[in-house]
Amino acid sequence: MTLEATPERNRFAAAFYDAGVTALIAFGLLLPLIGFLTVTNIRNELELTTRWPLLFSLVGIAGFGRLFYSLTLAPWLRQRAMRPVPTTLPLWRVLLGKWFVPFAVGFVIAYPLIVLAINGLGGSVKWIDNFGIQILIYVMLGWGLNIVVGLAGLLDLGYVAFYAVGAYAYALLAKEFGFSFWILLPLAGVLSSFWGILLGFPVLRLRGDYLAIVTLAFGEIIRLVLINWVDLTGGYAGITGIPRPTFFGIPFNANEDGFAATFGLEFSPIYRTVFLYYLILALAFLTAFVTVRLRRLPVGRAWEALREDEIACRSLGINTTNTKLTAFGIGAMFAGFAGSFFAARQGFISPDSFTFLESASILAIVVLGGMGSQIGVACAAIVMIGGTEIMRELDFLKRIFGETFDPTQYRMLLFGFAMVLIMVVRPRGLISSRSPSVFLKERKNIGSDLVKEGHG
Amino acid sequence: MEIFIQQLINGITLGSIYGLIAIGYTMVFGIIGMVNFAHGDVFMVSSFIALIAFLILTTWLGVTSVALALLIVLVVAMVFTSLVNWTIERLAYRPLRGSFRLAPLISAIGMSIFLSNFVQVSQGPRNKSTPPMVQGEFVLFTKNDYGVTLSYKQLIIWGVTAVLLAAFWYLVTKTKLGRAQRACEQDQKMAALVGVDVDRTISMTFVIAAALAAVAGTMYLMYYGVVSFADGFVPGVKAFTAAVLGGIGSLPGAVIGGILIGLIETMWSAYFSIDYKDVAAFSVLVITLIFLPQGLFGRPDVEKV
Repeated sequence: MTLEATPERNRFAAAFYDAGVTALIAFGLLLPLIGFLTVTNIRNELELTTRWPLLFSLVGIAGFGRLFYSLTLAPWLRQRAMRPVPTTLPLWRVLLGKWFVPFAVGFVIAYPLIVLAINGLGGSVKWIDNFGIQILIYVMLGWGLNIVVGLAGLLDLGYVAFYAVGAYAYALLAKEFGFSFWILLPLAGVLSSFWGILLGFPVLRLRGDYLAIVTLAFGEIIRLVLINWVDLTGGYAGITGIPRPTFFGIPFNANEDGFAATFGLEFSPIYRTVFLYYLILALAFLTAFVTVRLRRLPVGRAWEALREDEIACRSLGINTTNTKLTAFGIGAMFAGFAGSFFAARQGFISPDSFTFLESASILAIVVLGGMGSQIGVACAAIVMIGGTEIMRELDFLKRIFGETFDPTQYRMLLFGFAMVLIMVVRPRGLISSRSPSVFLKERKNIGSDLVKEGHG
Repeated sequence: MEIFIQQLINGITLGSIYGLIAIGYTMVFGIIGMVNFAHGDVFMVSSFIALIAFLILTTWLGVTSVALALLIVLVVAMVFTSLVNWTIERLAYRPLRGSFRLAPLISAIGMSIFLSNFVQVSQGPRNKSTPPMVQGEFVLFTKNDYGVTLSYKQLIIWGVTAVLLAAFWYLVTKTKLGRAQRACEQDQKMAALVGVDVDRTISMTFVIAAALAAVAGTMYLMYYGVVSFADGFVPGVKAFTAAVLGGIGSLPGAVIGGILIGLIETMWSAYFSIDYKDVAAFSVLVITLIFLPQGLFGRPDVEKV
């Protein structure tokens, strides 16, 4: 056999063959959509232009990437897989496990102050708003959905509907009746929760993928109603001029009775941003705290039992109807809080903010984070949302790729790609071990491949 | 009455397109038990491939015969879309086989986002409209100044759908590949034991699903003459509804479900409100899943402990 005779040469030949096939497939895949560009010309007709250099450079990247992978990366990965798994964790992992949460909590509390210290009053709004508040909204939504998906094992693809209910509840009630943010925040939660239970009823019998599709349909129906019920919601135009939250009655404006004037400060929009940051931080912590406490209550344990095995759960006498409805209701309530915060922060809402893509992003954050793990969900939100936000800041790429290059349009492309990649590399999510909520004598971490979920 | 017949014709045309996409959902669900969320976007990609092939043929190569052009476009779209779906299965779904249930679904959602954004980035966000490819119509009858028409486009769609369904039916019931597919649907381990190459069969399932989606994509482009990167999601969900309505896993069910959804949509637009036509389709999905989860032609799902 030639295989034994010249293993080294054979390996190279195989790698080159492999790379050739990869390049050929890449050529076939990219030829129609990258090789040709459809442009509408001045006479409003569709014309074709070609992009051969781009096509061939992408095909080249695919081929050489594959060659590089099979010659260098693949043997290294094989060797790594052969290595014995160390039985004790290295010291840095132990320290990280112990100190990560206190450090992270301290960091998020100090974050606006750090940003202010570095950038001063003027330059900080962007960093606190786009990164801090934006990520925290998704952390909160992720933690809320984590109750439904991660703890109760009910796959919900229409979570954004409850977020929309909260946002529209705040916007409409604040505009029509002039209620303050602090009254409407709990009210929006209650209304969303009500909708969660209402939509939860009919889907009690469904499980797994079917449940996901029905919740998706509910989410879309609510969005379509928001679009088409123009009298109430303003349709596509949305609702503008939503009252902003006040600092316990003191508005954030440049007037005499405004926040800055009251406390003898110079007016700046940054105060409102910092206030909103701490508000959403408090709401997110509330979500996390309630979840942690609920896991110790009978209802939380019933959720986890339901996730592991519904039939066993029912035969032990757990009322699965109530268990599912509480999960839907409480999960929806946090979405309602987040929704009313969102409406108050933006001052403007429209159905565009509540598309299926949002639901998918939130679910992706929960699953990518490792379902049931709150730290994992927070990390996934930072990676996915922070990662897409940072694409807005990469102006230096314009110097490399030319002025027409706009990194922001690649945000969702990379988001989808990252979802697939993380699933393929770590199907159990970023943090894939979890500690049981109920234990005998000692608390042991278990790998999540020992538990199953998403069947409910 | 005349409006009803006209809507019947339109509904069956639309339903044929949904049915072709629905087969892709139902086959993939049947064989690996996963909702291939990206299938709607594969359909959209195929529509773009058809658009580009059509432009190459008519503006560069100067093909004047519409029938010839359509035939070539159809074949080109089927080949390239199959390659796309084959690659997707290979890269995004195969590594997750045997993983927990949510993993392939999330991967498919990611793939759906990736595909629609890939088309947006590579071809631009604007609607792409072509000049009408096929013009002309038969006037079936006229009553109260309202002519009920059957356009050539609709006739082509009916014809192509019927021919392809027949060919597909032959493939699934009479050939070795079809037998292997049905064997894998029942029990993959057992099929592997008796010598069926399971991986290859699953790959071929994705290829066939993509080829049928490509036919739907070409027909969609020819019928509406416009396509955009966002056109995958809603037809995808409606086709999935069709698959569920017909009973997921059942091939004739998918086609009949597709035609029913097409009819419901057009009738709703004609008699109730065109704004809420998508709400009607989604409501059908919800109602079917809640009250008739096994669909019209599906086998009831027996729960085993």
